[in-house]
Amino acid sequence: MATLQVELVAVERKIWSGEATMVIARTTEGELGVLPGHAPLLGELAGGGVVTIRTASGEDVVVAAHGGFLSVTDRGVSILAETAEIASEIDVERAREALRRAEDAGDDPEALEAARRAQSRLRAAGESA
Amino acid sequence: MAASLRALRRRIRSTQSTKKIFSAQELIAGARIVRAQARVEASKPYAREITRVLSALASSASLDHPLLTERQNPQRAAVLVITSDRGFAGSYNVNVLRRTEELLSLLRQEGKEPVLYVVGRKGETYYSFRHREMADTFTGFSEQPNYTDAQAVGQELIAAFTAGEDDEDGDAGADGIFGVDELHIVYTEFRSLLSQVPVAKRMAPLEVEEVEEFDYEREDREHGAGGNDSGVPTSYEFEPSAEGLLDALLPKYVTTRIYAAMLEAAASESASRRRAMKSASDNAEELAKNLSRQANQARQAEITQEISEIVGGADALVKAGAGD
Repeated sequence: MATLQVELVAVERKIWSGEATMVIARTTEGELGVLPGHAPLLGELAGGGVVTIRTASGEDVVVAAHGGFLSVTDRGVSILAETAEIASEIDVERAREALRRAEDAGDDPEALEAARRAQSRLRAAGESA
Repeated sequence: MAASLRALRRRIRSTQSTKKIFSAQELIAGARIVRAQARVEASKPYAREITRVLSALASSASLDHPLLTERQNPQRAAVLVITSDRGFAGSYNVNVLRRTEELLSLLRQEGKEPVLYVVGRKGETYYSFRHREMADTFTGFSEQPNYTDAQAVGQELIAAFTAGEDDEDGDAGADGIFGVDELHIVYTEFRSLLSQVPVAKRMAPLEVEEVEEFDYEREDREHGAGGNDSGVPTSYEFEPSAEGLLDALLPKYVTTRIYAAMLEAAASESASRRRAMKSASDNAEELAKNLSRQANQARQAEITQEISEIVGGADALVKAGAGD
């Protein structure tokens, strides 16, 4: 079966790379699924988004990716994020705490940003946000 | 004589304890270089990808973004200097500050007024001691910079750059804020453990810098993607639009470059600190050796004197006895 070469990189390190059969992400325009052979595409990921990578072995890698871009080429898919965390590594308690703090902090842009980051982490971990 | 011996012993002790401090610093710096280098490496995939994405965009979108266009009549130029927070790093800060002075006088020659942004306490002290105005300073992270630190710096610089768009001769323009028309950065490039070179670069209006040691064509050949010589597919779909993407991407690209510069500077800082501490502890050892030689001499002189005093005393007694 055809696979995609997926690279997920955050600014400070490479988070995940490998073969996948499908990548699901949400851009600012809407939800999007990428299968092998997809046309070249460049998208901006929606804030507080979750990216799902279905690996060649059939598992789902769920990642909280914030402030990033998705680039699909004939070579594969690369996802660039300012911050990214794999679901299994997310500390739900801390994310909840961060969300609460951000919501208390009010309406300034930084707090909203922080709230979105926390939401994406919670969503990726499969919690309600 | 006894007094000088005591003074020497005291100096030996203090030299030895400073030597301990130096060699501890040397070890810490050594460990930090390794970590800093690892972080430079870890940040490369992102830099490579964002450059690739940007090159793809550049070939498709019309490039009239403010961050890309040269201003007609540049008046003010922001200069971001990256120095260290702590000293004990040999000529690291001196070199980067000297390179900055060169850039500043060059900018003045071109008729632009430089505006200083300083990272690191050492640079801050340098300019405030000379009563030079700084637009802003950022301290506390020079050895281990985070992306959030780079973001804070990047946001401020980009805001200043955007505010400078409508400035006219001596007039702050519609927004009432004096912005800048160019962004420059001065930092220390980490070439190897032995060589770190201060460099000055222009960040904006920016030219997309190809990541070195990355060969698109080889990459293509390896992946067997034929018929695409440039390595960048020309028919991209964009979500949202190419212009919208460019708007979102360019500030991030600038921030990434600031972050990369900070990481390089951190590695260089630790490398020059290690070198400085190595020679300092070598010197301390040398000094302690010389001092203990002097101390031994003084001790021996003391003993010799005592013996000759005793012998002289005994002689005098014998002579006195013989006289009876």
